[in-house]
Amino acid sequence: MELTLAIGIGVLVGSGVWLLLRPRTYQVIIGLSLIAYGVNLFIFSMGRLRAGQPPILEGTADPTAYADPVPQALVLTAIVIGFATTALFLVVLLVSRGLTGSDHVDGKEPR
Amino acid sequence: MRLADHLVIVPVILPLVTGAFLLFFDERRRGFKAAVNLFSTALLVATAVVLLNHADASGVTTAVYLVGNWPAPFGIALVLDRLSALMLLLASVLALAALVFSLARWHRAGPHFHTLFQLLLMGVDGAFLTADLFNLFVFFEILLAASYGLVLHGANPFRVRAGMHYIVINLAASSLFLIGVALVYGVTGTLNMADLAVRIPAVPPDRQALVEAGGALLGVAFLVKAGMWPLSFWLPNAYMAAAAPVAAVFAILSKVGIYVLLRLSPLLFGTGAGAMASFGDEWLLVGGMATIAFGAIGILASQALGRLAGYYILVSSGTLLAAIGVADIAVTSGALYYLVSSTLTIGAFFLLIELVERARDPAAAVLSVTMEAYGDEEDEEEPEEEVGIAIPGTLAALGACFGVCALLIAGLPPLSGFIGKFALVAALFNLTATGSTVPATAWILAALLLIAGFAALLAMMREGIRTFWAPLEVIVPRVRVIEIAPVAALLCLTAVLSVGGGPAMRYMDATARALHAPQAYIGAVLSTPARTAAPDTQSPEARP
Repeated sequence: MELTLAIGIGVLVGSGVWLLLRPRTYQVIIGLSLIAYGVNLFIFSMGRLRAGQPPILEGTADPTAYADPVPQALVLTAIVIGFATTALFLVVLLVSRGLTGSDHVDGKEPR
Repeated sequence: MRLADHLVIVPVILPLVTGAFLLFFDERRRGFKAAVNLFSTALLVATAVVLLNHADASGVTTAVYLVGNWPAPFGIALVLDRLSALMLLLASVLALAALVFSLARWHRAGPHFHTLFQLLLMGVDGAFLTADLFNLFVFFEILLAASYGLVLHGANPFRVRAGMHYIVINLAASSLFLIGVALVYGVTGTLNMADLAVRIPAVPPDRQALVEAGGALLGVAFLVKAGMWPLSFWLPNAYMAAAAPVAAVFAILSKVGIYVLLRLSPLLFGTGAGAMASFGDEWLLVGGMATIAFGAIGILASQALGRLAGYYILVSSGTLLAAIGVADIAVTSGALYYLVSSTLTIGAFFLLIELVERARDPAAAVLSVTMEAYGDEEDEEEPEEEVGIAIPGTLAALGACFGVCALLIAGLPPLSGFIGKFALVAALFNLTATGSTVPATAWILAALLLIAGFAALLAMMREGIRTFWAPLEVIVPRVRVIEIAPVAALLCLTAVLSVGGGPAMRYMDATARALHAPQAYIGAVLSTPARTAAPDTQSPEARP
């Protein structure tokens, strides 16, 4: 499970970084989204991987029987914030496209 | 808990409520929105003054406010100490000046200016107050989201392009911030800064590399904000493109990154950190020096005043980063003084630039964004009284302010720019006594500081001659009193800072001492008990 997750995060972030370095704004925003997914999975994995264990204490007070709830809370926050900032960036992207008539990140086609 | 104790959370709550409240009114009621914003910002200044007095009172150095009434390592705590009180005051004073300036015309250039302005203040104030790493991330995102809106205020193609680059860079930096936070949490199991400081020395050797990697990733995220070379290429463009009052209030944004490094570097990787003590200090020192050099070259190469100011921010950031890297009490206290002085200077200078550029021959101002931005605005609503009366001796007043700015930026006596640099250089030369770093780097740093000051002096003289003396046909710009008054007020504050240099330096010394001996901070945060009485405080900004 660790290996699968690690490869998944690596592929997401790797593709994200590649797209981030591309010259079109649409590629940049997809790249940022992929990086955000990778980062969210990474935060989640920092609570250690455990299958089928609840994050909320009930009954027994043995902490090894539970998943760590803090990274899950952090991931939720990060998802919300990432979603909002991506939406905001999308608006700026459209404004830039409308003002310059080009979807290049510098607002003009390279010559 | 007395009512006065709740004052700590006012700098977060007040802008939040005001910003949300202003959303209920549409843009036609600008006068009302401006009045509410002005009132709230003035109230923030007053709160910051009270908090500063409280933090400086003898006996009390750290006030801990438990949001949601959970004891420290579990819940989120807000902490007020000398450093955060100082930064709060600096931010709100700068904001007040920028706001007054914007009331002349800029707040009409786009929608929701006042809301964004208040939310920016909320993010900045929260970042200064919070004692939790993830909460810091949340406040960073709040201030960034508001700044994304503000940098596009009065949108034109140049502004949109610079704003887009600014947003991408900061989104990428936020990802790094998250990775760093997750790594640190994964190893130590806590996010509370004070608790981290306790647990980091106890990390087993095989996991220290992970903590260091987390710290380094966090550092990169903060250094992007602070603008350390080579992470700083976005900064001059973004600040130059932003509208004048926005750029002025952005002067505090680059200092937020500096503040976090000032706070965390001695706390987490200070002398008490065992094997990881002084981790990252060399990077900060060398990176800071490279930033000063890059900024100085940029200042000399700048053809527009806005760009010059952008590069001066880099010089200022570089100076502070290098000073943090030296990790010495006297150097830190000099750096704190320099921080206050240079932030006020940058704020005043960005406001002044716009006024000065109005005096320029329009043909020469092709580069200047400001002229272009007004175009539509002025055509629509330019009844005569909007223009206002040109104050007598406008050019003389502008020239005087420009001269004072030049003195401050170059660090010449008698103003506070000189005192800050002098304190820094003097402390650097005293290092041999304490022997905490190699004197060779101290020499290089001191030389770089002086060279950067000289470069700034040359560039400012060149620009001053070009603006005030060279034009054959002098265009007297129309400047309203509420535009020049904030500039003058900020410059007067630097004068006050130099006249009151003694008490100011005493305050900075106490701050630096507390920063480098964080046991009091750690003890105060971790030992504050939750109140047993019925909790009457809800946590409005707790993690969702």
